[in-house]
Amino acid sequence: MASEKGVMLLDFWVSPFGQRARIALAEKGVQYEYKEENLTEKSELLLKANPVHKKIPVLIHDGKPVCESLIIVEYIDEVWSDKAPLMPSDPYQRAQARFWADFVDKKVYDCGSRLWKLKGEEQQAAKKEMIEILQLLEAQLGDKKYFGGDSFGFVDVAFVPFTSWFYSYETCANFSVEGVAPKVAQWAKRCLERESVAKTLSDPKKVYEFVCFLKKKFGVE
Amino acid sequence: MAGSGNSEVKLLGAWASPYVARARIALNLKEVQYEFLEEQFGTKSELLLKSNPIYKKIPVLIHDDKPICESLIIVQYIDEVWVSSGPALMPADAYDRALHRFWAVYIDDKFVPALFGMMRAPTEEAKAESKEQALASLQLLEEAFGKISKGKPFFGGDTIGYLDVALGAFVGWMKAFEEMNGFKLLDDAKTPLLCAWAENFCNNEVVGAVIPETAKLVELAKVMQARFKNAPPAN
Repeated sequence: MASEKGVMLLDFWVSPFGQRARIALAEKGVQYEYKEENLTEKSELLLKANPVHKKIPVLIHDGKPVCESLIIVEYIDEVWSDKAPLMPSDPYQRAQARFWADFVDKKVYDCGSRLWKLKGEEQQAAKKEMIEILQLLEAQLGDKKYFGGDSFGFVDVAFVPFTSWFYSYETCANFSVEGVAPKVAQWAKRCLERESVAKTLSDPKKVYEFVCFLKKKFGVE
Repeated sequence: MAGSGNSEVKLLGAWASPYVARARIALNLKEVQYEFLEEQFGTKSELLLKSNPIYKKIPVLIHDDKPICESLIIVQYIDEVWVSSGPALMPADAYDRALHRFWAVYIDDKFVPALFGMMRAPTEEAKAESKEQALASLQLLEEAFGKISKGKPFFGGDTIGYLDVALGAFVGWMKAFEEMNGFKLLDDAKTPLLCAWAENFCNNEVVGAVIPETAKLVELAKVMQARFKNAPPAN
């Protein structure tokens, strides 16, 4: 990569991980070039920018690549620190924010994938697990406006892209997020009032179309 | 380093856990007085279950009765709280921080499972696969070290940093596996930089106090391997 000045994001339209980066950049008002990757035919640039994992998102800042979505978000927060701080300033609150963002990373996507990939008993087990995950997040959110408290923060950015997958999870596994985690459902609506989120998140119906496409591809009935 | 009486810092851990070692090394580097509460192998204390209800795992740092979980998060917390004690563990530059974080996550996601995979592997084939993955990971870490250290002894430069702690905590177990399996994980020919790094890291006196003796780890590994062999097969 030539050390071109500027910010570029290698991404894939429906990726909740890529959307984390997009939301963070939007919150900070950073101008950047968006490059849509074809994941079945990865570009030279992507392979060069992320040789270890060959995955999106990758943020390229002045020619230097940053990989892994949560690491990208912390980087964005630290570099463009003059506006919309995402991480709290207190070390204990920061540790809590990192813990819960990591929790979302470890649990939500994997469990969500099992909801549409599996059937029968295995799907029921995944559904039970997803409900537990949502209820833990519900307890963590409590009566706060955001996971970050009064201000939209790191955990909000980490989790909010998955809210456009709720419709798919609900439809595939037959349950209601609002029914099991009403505060999370309210929080999701509140987040959509933010321009950064509204402009970034995929339409839940489009996500569902994508999930159906994946189901066909993986031969899931 | 055990605190006396009114410790405000407690660490729930176990002598052999490399994740716990990360926390202990960080606390030692920052000269923090703390009480080490050893969990018994095979059981979980009330305090652990209360402090880490989500994962029920060690290490847990308890600072003024507030628990912090996940070893890498604990190390960053220690670095941020005891900021005026000793050199910073995290680099000053945001991009360098992103690199340290990236490789620390890589170590947890790719290297460590392969390393312990060699012990847990049910077949020779699976064991060979884990070994290959472990060696490949170390090769990538060798290259990363070259770029990040910029000729200095540690990932952190002149002093031990976050990524040194993240990887260095596993050196004891690496030596144990080398001994048990009769091959080198860190090889002068293939990973000369990491060989030198490992020596520098272990020679640091606060580190030396934490990394368990290879012989003790080998003994423990044999006990654990026997358990895996005798355990009924997972469904």
